[in-house]
Amino acid sequence: MQADWIWGLAGGLMIGIAAAAYLLLNGRILGASGILGGLADGSEWRAGAGAAVENIAFLAGLVLVPGGLWYFLGRPETHLTSSPAILAAAGLLVGVGTRLANGCTSGHGVCGLSRLSFRGFVATVFYLVGGGVSVVLFRHLLGVS
Amino acid sequence: MRLGAAFLCGGLFGSGLLVSGMTDTARVIGWLDIFGQWDPTLAFVLAGAILPMIVAWRAAGRRGTAVYGGSLTPPPLHDVDRGLVIGSLAFGLGWGLAGLCPGPSIAVLTFGGWNALLFLVAMLAGMVAAPVLRVRIDRLAAG
Repeated sequence: MQADWIWGLAGGLMIGIAAAAYLLLNGRILGASGILGGLADGSEWRAGAGAAVENIAFLAGLVLVPGGLWYFLGRPETHLTSSPAILAAAGLLVGVGTRLANGCTSGHGVCGLSRLSFRGFVATVFYLVGGGVSVVLFRHLLGVS
Repeated sequence: MRLGAAFLCGGLFGSGLLVSGMTDTARVIGWLDIFGQWDPTLAFVLAGAILPMIVAWRAAGRRGTAVYGGSLTPPPLHDVDRGLVIGSLAFGLGWGLAGLCPGPSIAVLTFGGWNALLFLVAMLAGMVAAPVLRVRIDRLAAG
């Protein structure tokens, strides 16, 4: 489809406006792995219950609003693999990796690159390289899909 | 107000992920597949997301405090360390394997079925294990 890039740009602007609003209104960085991981490993609770509850409100919106959206517009396709082994391995790698790196696509990519953070730039280069290598290795060489 | 704003920011973020195609693993893997049928859509997503944030960082520097209170002084820019490089590589490998990064893996929960839930549980397990692994990595490097 030719219109793909328009949807990509429109959705990207929504992501960026959400990150901008979270920064300017609440004074917080929109980083998905930090928000979820801080709740999961308890570090956000030690920082104060207020911050943790704010993260829970953010996650509630992140789950429920897209849920309401597709209820009216039709169920979106995820094309997610149904192999439990791949899902478990990929999930573990994403979980460990984003916490070791202190950020993911939203924190390092969107919030980091936009303030010319060298850390954000290095992280983005390495997760893009990791992703490219992963597709070559698993899809093209090992035939995993 | 703070909580309402957090909910709405999460909702707008998730809706943007859905509209842009970040919740479609075929599109994400297509973007990473530079030696196959490369799909450039994600470059537009990243560009679209960075533009408002460039403006926001400038406004944050001028304001100094957030609308609902709290400091807007940007966190210090840390140095590049071992965890950043190893972690980002591991994250990339997992991202290319299943096609989900943390934000979309949460946004797909209402329509991704059991497979999405299994990915999320594994990701949470990895997030909890990471601090232990970080200590190991530092010890290996030191010894």
